[in-house]
Amino acid sequence: MSSAVEWINIGSIDEIPLRGARRLCVTLNGRPLAIFRTGDDRLFALVDVCPHKKGPLSEGIISGTTVTCPLHNWNIRLDDGKAVGPDEGDTMSLPVKIAGGDVLVGLPVETGASV
Amino acid sequence: MNMHPISQRLVVIGNGMAAMRTVEELLKISGGLGHRVTVFGAEPYVNYNRILLSSVLAGDKSTDEIVINSREWYGDNNIELFTGDPVVSIDCASRTVVAQSGRLVSYDRLLIATGSRPLAPPIPGLSLPGVCAFRDIADVQKMIASSGMHRRAVVIGGGLLGLEAAWGLKRRGMSVAVVHLMPTLMERQLDASAGQLLQRDLDRRGIAFFINGQTEEIIGNERAEGVVLADGREIPADLVVLAVGIRPNIDLARQAGLEINRGIVVTDDVRTSDPDIFSVGECVEHRGQVFGLVAPIWDQAKTCAAQLAGDPSSVFTSRAISTRLKITGIDVFSAGALMAAEASDEEITLRDDNRGIYKKVVLRENKVAGAVLYGEVSEGNWYLQLMQDGTDISVFRDRLIFGRGFAEQATGERIGSDAGSLPDDAQICGCNGVSKSTIICAIRDKKLASLEEVRAHTKASASCGQCTDLVKSLLSQTAGIDDDAKTPPVCGCTGAGHDEIRRAILERGLKTMDAVRQVFHWKKPDGCHKCRPALNYYLLCAWPGEYRDDAQSRFVNERVHANIQKDGTYSVVPRMWGGLTTPGELRAIADVAEKFSIPTVKVTGGQRIDLLGVKKDHLPDVWRDLNKAGLVSGHAYGKALRTVKTCVGSEWCRFGTQDSTGLGVKLEKLCWGAWTPHKVKLAVSGCPRNCAEATIKDLGVVCVDAGYDIVVGGNGGVTVRVTDHLVRVSREEEVLEYAGAFLQLYREEAWYLERTAPWIARVGIAYVKQRLIEDADGRRQLYARFLHAQSFVQSDPWAARAAGAEKHEYSTLMAEPV
Repeated sequence: MSSAVEWINIGSIDEIPLRGARRLCVTLNGRPLAIFRTGDDRLFALVDVCPHKKGPLSEGIISGTTVTCPLHNWNIRLDDGKAVGPDEGDTMSLPVKIAGGDVLVGLPVETGASV
Repeated sequence: MNMHPISQRLVVIGNGMAAMRTVEELLKISGGLGHRVTVFGAEPYVNYNRILLSSVLAGDKSTDEIVINSREWYGDNNIELFTGDPVVSIDCASRTVVAQSGRLVSYDRLLIATGSRPLAPPIPGLSLPGVCAFRDIADVQKMIASSGMHRRAVVIGGGLLGLEAAWGLKRRGMSVAVVHLMPTLMERQLDASAGQLLQRDLDRRGIAFFINGQTEEIIGNERAEGVVLADGREIPADLVVLAVGIRPNIDLARQAGLEINRGIVVTDDVRTSDPDIFSVGECVEHRGQVFGLVAPIWDQAKTCAAQLAGDPSSVFTSRAISTRLKITGIDVFSAGALMAAEASDEEITLRDDNRGIYKKVVLRENKVAGAVLYGEVSEGNWYLQLMQDGTDISVFRDRLIFGRGFAEQATGERIGSDAGSLPDDAQICGCNGVSKSTIICAIRDKKLASLEEVRAHTKASASCGQCTDLVKSLLSQTAGIDDDAKTPPVCGCTGAGHDEIRRAILERGLKTMDAVRQVFHWKKPDGCHKCRPALNYYLLCAWPGEYRDDAQSRFVNERVHANIQKDGTYSVVPRMWGGLTTPGELRAIADVAEKFSIPTVKVTGGQRIDLLGVKKDHLPDVWRDLNKAGLVSGHAYGKALRTVKTCVGSEWCRFGTQDSTGLGVKLEKLCWGAWTPHKVKLAVSGCPRNCAEATIKDLGVVCVDAGYDIVVGGNGGVTVRVTDHLVRVSREEEVLEYAGAFLQLYREEAWYLERTAPWIARVGIAYVKQRLIEDADGRRQLYARFLHAQSFVQSDPWAARAAGAEKHEYSTLMAEPV
């Protein structure tokens, strides 16, 4: 998608535990967002809602670039938000970049995020 | 005589297991040449495995999975099949049969395999809707449908079939009662002792029994509403299943003028009184005997096929056979004589009521004439073999009852044949009719490497499991694979099993997850959600005070020290030592619930109070308030010590023999904070009335006048398991030492996520006793290691977090527009 993005600054990477996640205080159309940090220090942002039963993905165990939902063990890929087979479904993934030592997450503009 | 011309027409009446087995055998011999085969079946289905109907009923298999031969198979082999079209008459003179549809077919040879019919007791009400037999797919479908709509079932008949029906219906959620005419269950296969043990175990699983119960009537208006017994008792029921026995189905043969008695009389070549007509299966009577089990029927099928193919030398002889019950977790074996019948007969019995084990071998002239096994049946096939071989057992008679291994220690040589010495065409799996050569070929050609794979490819050992040991030994002889030695891997990241990894951690001094993953060549660099918590626990247990717990390898509940609920809120359960609380604590809980608008406050089964629906960011504040009143984490969220449930004991109760509450508090103070492979629950009852339900806990103490009975390995979950008795001690200090040592043994040796019940079921209570009772020194060392480990964990995780630890867990990340 090349639609316009509004970037928000969520602070230092140190705020996010290695192989861990944090939920953001921002929501997207009422849906929670979370930032994930993998073991090799890559960052990903997802709508924090498991496509299965809406579990909080940010509470799951992160290994490689997948997170396991704590409610029913669905595995969701952090890079595109898709469930790993055989399960099917996805959650929205958001762009992430580092600028001036801070982590920025891109929210789609037209959807009207509320801070 | 028939010279077996080029193409003969074989008509088969019946499309069941005996009939199609004969056709399969015939195809094997003649490759399908020499006969044009026409099959008539009364049921609308292809050939299926009737033995597995109980597995369909219990929900373990679908009807598709029990099909033996598909329609394509009939087509491929040029077999003409008419299903749902029973033959209604045979004319031996004109050699024709007529089916219900009016179809008239002539035959050169006829095979009657009409099987048997369920017996019905002569009582009123049999035709009411909601009454059925347990014989075919249609019956099972009725029963399954009924279990979805109705609640109560009565099974009439406590034999093999009736009990399997009862168990299947129970598994489908019905409340089930069994009415049995005789004083003990399965009296044709089991003696009274084994029958009583079986009844006790099924009773514990929630099946009600009406023994010596004669059904007088099935009552109901529109449909079955209950059964009335001769003694006046009335049992309400929405479904009544008749399983009182079977009777050979001989109507057609009688009408055709063939010789019949109880069944269709056949000679050793399985011919009826008309030499062109053969008969096999449950409809047959051979030398005065009728048949209900599959093994001899396979032999009949083989003889019949050989005879049809023109080999007059093949004859049927009935041999010793055995029975097993297909109820998960209940092991019953029976073969031959159930008890001494003649003056020269002798019985050897072994009975261990505590473990629910009973073994009886019946001897006749120094040979095994029968065996009844309950609870531990692994030696069943060996006894059966000794029976079939007529082995003289006098040399090892004193060891016979303890099984093959023990007996062979005395003789120093193999007793009886093993799988390797059986002929290639020997049938290994009776249920599915799989021969030794089929299994060996499959193992070789398809490179099968486990029992499960052999089951999947050959169906051998996939039904009743009786031949499992034989199949395992074939696997070991053919491919050198010892299935028993294989333990399941921890997860898909590795082929290594739990024990192997735990050993390596200690022996090779592995102190990080990365080190373990490197040594065992993990497929994923940082593992997965299954192995990470397991490794984290194993390292924590191996290196107390040294290994640093990895929060990111813990399940959310243990990471945040509260239980996640389905809506993403959390529950908070403060510890109440031994179930004791105070007005101050209760006030604090009430205040917290109001202050944080906690929607639900519930008393738990473990004698504590659960605050449900707490928002995550409120957790530290909730804990801070609870801490102020002296309340600490109850670890209700962890693979950890949960509760120590107690009754009021001698302090208040007029029956109490000891201070059970006080002892419970001491135990909880000793054990709290311990991380374990799975959750651990304790209880202390002040007398054998056992109000604290100590006998379904991981570790229970039942106080008696003389001291304390310590029991272990109980579970009240999906599969209820009653504890095993560990030891009786006389002092509280001993209780604490045994409890600590037991928990440490469990911590050190069980697999992650294995509760004490399956762990003990796996390693055996005898092993636990050996480590804790016989090896007193070892017990004291275990206890010392437990105390050492405890010294690092007994600080309240809530207090630390209320004071600011792990702050990131309980707050969201602030964001600002760029």
